[in-house]
Amino acid sequence: MKLTKLMLTTSALTVAAGAAFAEGHGAMADSMTVVSWGGAYQNSQVKAYVEPYVEMNEGLEVVTDESSAEAVTKLRAMAEAGNITWDVVDVVAADAMRLCDEGLALEIDPDTMLADAPDGTKASEDFGDLIVSECFIPQIVYSTTFGYRTDLLETAPTSVCDIFDTETYPGKRALEKRPIGNMEWALICDGVAIEDVYDTLETEEGVQRAFAKLDTIKDDVVWWSAGAETPQLLADGEVSIGSTYNGRLFSAIAEQGQPIGMLWDWQMFDLDGWIIPANLPADREARALDFVKFATDTQRLADQAKYISYGPARASSAPLVGQHAELGIEMAPHMPTDPNNAQNTFLFNYDWWASYRDDLDAQYQAWLLQ
Amino acid sequence: MADTTTDGPMLAADGTPLKQSLARALRRQKIRALMLTAPLLVFVLVSFIMPIGSMLMRSIQNTAGTEYVPDILPNVVAELEGWDPTTGELPSEAAFRAMIVDFKAAFENKQHTQLGRRFNYETPGMSSLFRKSGRKVSRMDVAEITDAKAELIDVDDDWGNIQYWATIKANSGYYTSSYYMAAFDAERTIEGVQMKDPDQRIYQKLMLRTLWLSGLITFCTLAIGYPVAWLLADLPLRTSNLLMILVLLPFWTSLLVRTSAWKILLQEQGVINDIWIALGFSDRLSLINNQLGVVIAMTHILLPFMILPLYSVMKTIPPSYLRAAKSLGATNTTAFLRVYFPQTTPGIGAGALLVFILAVGYFITPELVGGADGTFISNRIYFQFSTLGNWGLAAALGTIMLAIVLLLYYVYDKLVGIDNVKLG
Repeated sequence: MKLTKLMLTTSALTVAAGAAFAEGHGAMADSMTVVSWGGAYQNSQVKAYVEPYVEMNEGLEVVTDESSAEAVTKLRAMAEAGNITWDVVDVVAADAMRLCDEGLALEIDPDTMLADAPDGTKASEDFGDLIVSECFIPQIVYSTTFGYRTDLLETAPTSVCDIFDTETYPGKRALEKRPIGNMEWALICDGVAIEDVYDTLETEEGVQRAFAKLDTIKDDVVWWSAGAETPQLLADGEVSIGSTYNGRLFSAIAEQGQPIGMLWDWQMFDLDGWIIPANLPADREARALDFVKFATDTQRLADQAKYISYGPARASSAPLVGQHAELGIEMAPHMPTDPNNAQNTFLFNYDWWASYRDDLDAQYQAWLLQ
Repeated sequence: MADTTTDGPMLAADGTPLKQSLARALRRQKIRALMLTAPLLVFVLVSFIMPIGSMLMRSIQNTAGTEYVPDILPNVVAELEGWDPTTGELPSEAAFRAMIVDFKAAFENKQHTQLGRRFNYETPGMSSLFRKSGRKVSRMDVAEITDAKAELIDVDDDWGNIQYWATIKANSGYYTSSYYMAAFDAERTIEGVQMKDPDQRIYQKLMLRTLWLSGLITFCTLAIGYPVAWLLADLPLRTSNLLMILVLLPFWTSLLVRTSAWKILLQEQGVINDIWIALGFSDRLSLINNQLGVVIAMTHILLPFMILPLYSVMKTIPPSYLRAAKSLGATNTTAFLRVYFPQTTPGIGAGALLVFILAVGYFITPELVGGADGTFISNRIYFQFSTLGNWGLAAALGTIMLAIVLLLYYVYDKLVGIDNVKLG
């Protein structure tokens, strides 16, 4: 009882102190928990967003968490328990849509809550189609694509279908241990037109067709479940070709100098961005909004591309993408959105997968067990 | 003098009946003992019994988000009561009207997608139907609608899908058996409950595999651990202590480190395969990302749990018994089989039980080295729980595994007797 009272008084004091500092911005909490995916990616966010932001806001304490992979289930559990400990969460677009639909994420009005481009273009226009949900604050475009060992393969693969050709391109392949991406590639390589892929997958025959195509290389596949596995498998020579997120391959190639080449054909685009959990206390919500407004302005998004090869979500950031912060190489040719890399691409269909994921995943696991 | 010989009750020094006084003292003692164990009891209750109880409940509660389905769709449930899906007719106009009413309320509370997700576990496609219909249905005004059926089907054709309505009807109670059905690879169709196609029966396969591999791992730890434990028990203390450190050292090393070490050793370009090729063989061996890798890594990781109970039991067997057997004419084999081995069975029992139960629940090692065909049921439970968010199914699978382990424990108790298990 005493403890609760004490805590109430201290938090009241903190709020009061916060209010005194905030000068008209409304009270802002002086600590904030930022949740992301860990690794090189979260590192780039810390360098490009968090560090400059903390510099501007003295006394702010930022806690980082690496739970984005389980963001949806954890936020559900937090909401159920009535104790939300996160302030800003980095999620993929599909998760943002789910969280928004369930009322677990704050709805964002881009034009009032986010920064305009330097030339005055409204945020909603600057982000354009990438605002796929009312709660989603787009940050990057990334892709799932293939990397191959340049020294182990005599001819360099040029088409995603080359992964199904074990004669010309010997060695094992690393593929993700879930259906997303693999089913689409299998159908594309089995001759299905890109616009018919999801319609085909809705039918039982279409699913079997994809499995039949994957069956042709099933014995040559090492299945991964974490994005960091493929670069490691490639580096060890365990596999000669493997799929993963393009930023991971970039750091293996550019930062570690591994003999790995990029195969951009039919890369699968996906979006990643911030959400703010719904029903946060007012001071924490104000802090979170202030942070994302800063972190998603034109310059900051371009800054992140100095550390990792993911494309900034704002149209106005693209011309500002410069050189790698430490290596000094041009980043633009490494971006998934670069015209040379983006000849054949498809956008991961969130909506379709939201409905069929559970079912297809069960079938996929059953197929893996056979 | 006459007082003591009367038939009245025997009295204690303070005048109360002795029986009462004794009972009170006993009760006080019991309360004191209970108070001492209270922290533990509370701890077990809060950290073990309650979570497990709540998990068991999750597997039968028919909830969408935090609320029960019939509380979100009260009118629909009432209207569907008299409807029979096997007739092949869509539900009545009133049911469609009720759906619009309930759906609007659910949309207000942001429950419609959770509802869709709940039904999507049974019938794929329903999640997107509920999500897509959200806004359009929320704008409808029931009072103005004359033909609710047509209006709703106009929003999305799938509202005319009889299977979807059958799913709603089948899952309209407060409690549901559908998670257990899914966990046993069965599904509910309009014609009734059926088993899935044999090549779709994933959970049965995974459970059998988990039990079979755990059994195999238990056997391997016994086969390797028994001689080691015997050696440890037999050697002079100084040498055996040194060897004991070799057993304990890996035991104290992080599980993740040991699993990763096996990855480096066993992979195709790894140490063991390099030696194999250097010996003149031409084909590299597949030692990892399959069942073999899981058995090798988990046998190594669980070995101390077999050796330690075996050692502590063997330590108590006087070496003179074996000598006596031999001096009475027994051969080495007979002496081992009839004198030594029977005395070590309590240790075998303890070790086997410990290793098997630990193995059944193992998660990280099969995840890292199991590849496609070496994963356990626990990996699937984790996936259902954290990625797909289907807590009901995860709970049902967990409950079934708990029941299987308890059953095995019971069988074991009947066969070996749990009193015969010794940890030292």
